[in-house]
Amino acid sequence: MIEKALKGDRIYWGWIVLLLVIISAGVFSYINQLTTGLTLTGMGRDVSWGVYIAQFTFLVGVAASAVMVVLPYYLHDYKAFGKIVIIGEFLAVAATIMCVLFILVDLGRPDRVLNVLLYPTPHSMLFWDATVLNGYLLLNIVSGWTVLGAERKGVPPPKWVKPVIYLSIPWAFSIHTVTAFLYAGLPGRHLWLTAVLAPRFLASAFAAGPAILILVSYILKKTTGFDAGKQAINKLSVIVTYAAILNFFLLGMEFFTAFYSNIPGHMHGLQYLFFGLHGEGQLVPWMWLSVIVGFGSLLVLLIPKLRTSSPWLIAACIGIVVSIWIDKGVGLIIGGFVPSPLEEIVGYIPNLNEIIITIGVWAIGILILTLLLKVAVAVKAQDQA
Amino acid sequence: MNENRREFIRKTGLGVLAGLGVASGIFPKSSFETAVASTTHENSSSGTRWGMVIDTRKCKEGCTKCIDACHEVHNVPQFDNAKDEIKWIWKSPYENVFPGESGQFVSEETRERSYLALCNHCDNPPCVRACPTQATFKRSWDGIVAMDYHRCIGCRFCMAACPYGARSFNWRDPRPAIQKRSQAYPTRERGVVEKCNFCSERLAQGLKPACVAECPEGALTFGDLNDSQSEVRMLLEKNHTLQRKSELGTRPSVFYII
Repeated sequence: MIEKALKGDRIYWGWIVLLLVIISAGVFSYINQLTTGLTLTGMGRDVSWGVYIAQFTFLVGVAASAVMVVLPYYLHDYKAFGKIVIIGEFLAVAATIMCVLFILVDLGRPDRVLNVLLYPTPHSMLFWDATVLNGYLLLNIVSGWTVLGAERKGVPPPKWVKPVIYLSIPWAFSIHTVTAFLYAGLPGRHLWLTAVLAPRFLASAFAAGPAILILVSYILKKTTGFDAGKQAINKLSVIVTYAAILNFFLLGMEFFTAFYSNIPGHMHGLQYLFFGLHGEGQLVPWMWLSVIVGFGSLLVLLIPKLRTSSPWLIAACIGIVVSIWIDKGVGLIIGGFVPSPLEEIVGYIPNLNEIIITIGVWAIGILILTLLLKVAVAVKAQDQA
Repeated sequence: MNENRREFIRKTGLGVLAGLGVASGIFPKSSFETAVASTTHENSSSGTRWGMVIDTRKCKEGCTKCIDACHEVHNVPQFDNAKDEIKWIWKSPYENVFPGESGQFVSEETRERSYLALCNHCDNPPCVRACPTQATFKRSWDGIVAMDYHRCIGCRFCMAACPYGARSFNWRDPRPAIQKRSQAYPTRERGVVEKCNFCSERLAQGLKPACVAECPEGALTFGDLNDSQSEVRMLLEKNHTLQRKSELGTRPSVFYII
């Protein structure tokens, strides 16, 4: 089936070559980092996680969001998602691989990563996260590939794949819940020490993930003529709308609890992010951009006439993705480290090498997604022929 | 189903759940055992529990003998930028070392002094809970929170978990930045986390920790917190002391006389 990814027009190959060039730059920068050390990043003693872990967190959400098409299609027999479900699963595969890569590039000793399996440690949330992420990757590759393979041969998918798909549904929730537990269980990091962190992660994931799925569908339609169907896009946009409302609601809960209780430690993180603390506020413009773009997009989504019009929907989906990417992929992780446990304010600016590696990992994910979708679209096209 | 049976099943279920949680170490045993949620008050596990009492009144302003001794003995590198900095023990102002304590109308003298900060060798260490490889662990026989530099994968989860900022990461090769190579303790490699080890290598030879031994004012006292006759316990008996962020339930083994 994979040979279908090898047949494409010039635009397709141009895109692949472009991604490979970006990946090479990323690999070069990573070798740089391997030989010199993580000092080549903006991270330091106080902000000890940065853009890598932030991307990881955001992408776990994208991976988990596949459940928003898998669940209605397989559990409720929602036929309109018939064509989009494979895109969701393959998006999950690409996102999960990026997650694993972002963890790898963040490690000081990547050569020792197998220690996580050699010395299994159930009291560490990172152990569980590694377990559920790899499991999720496997579940999605197996279910997506098998169903597509059956479709290619024009036969119904084998019976054993159903339980695998059913298992992937609660599993999707588990990956993002456990990812929230990485942060939410740490004493002394007030911004993260909140019971709504896991619900917030899920809400933002189910807004940003399906929004990306809508955008990918539009790109596919434009480049390959593959149409996921108007009904599927409409339904997805409703899911994005509700999840985005829930996301902002939960964000509001954080503000209320912190500022009404007036406990300094609880307020500091949010103050630093949104208003600046002791005159330091490097992320303030970012966070307000996130809020304004997020609310603006939500407004568009709330109006049915705009939501069902393609240009508006595309703009709103981009807005939701940008808003949540800033909130989760920038603010949440950096904000957890500022102020430091000694209440010092130390900023973080990713440096060039770190940014190139980050873009390189994204390019790997997009390359994987391109190849997988190329296969999927080719199989679907053969169906129609 | 009768009431008793229902109650029995409910309790058993809860017990099994709690047991699983405790067995895997996710929740500390103490959080289920005690009727009152007061992890800060009870006594610690049996055996030796090394601890330290710092008499901050005796600590002389501007003196860095303990810091220098520690960093020299343990081959702690000196980088000239804060980002790459590695430190096992250092001095910081009152509001930084004790951010939870009241800062209102604190005497000028208290506010202007600086205070030693180091790994607290918590009885209930969050860093140990977070580490995915057991590269950092609490020694069952003396309570020291130790590091295995050869197992650490450099994920820095422990740094996020530590509420005291006690951990440092080797962002670059530390060896060129070591001022004077000490033979008493191994150097580390790039890519692993390190922190104060309560001088476990010196304790093994019957010596006191380097910071304690080097302090000319006798401000640092080291001993077994579980031995009611020990010098540290005598000091704790006679003085009002603070532990850093005791409200977090980590049960630090370093105490401060202010």
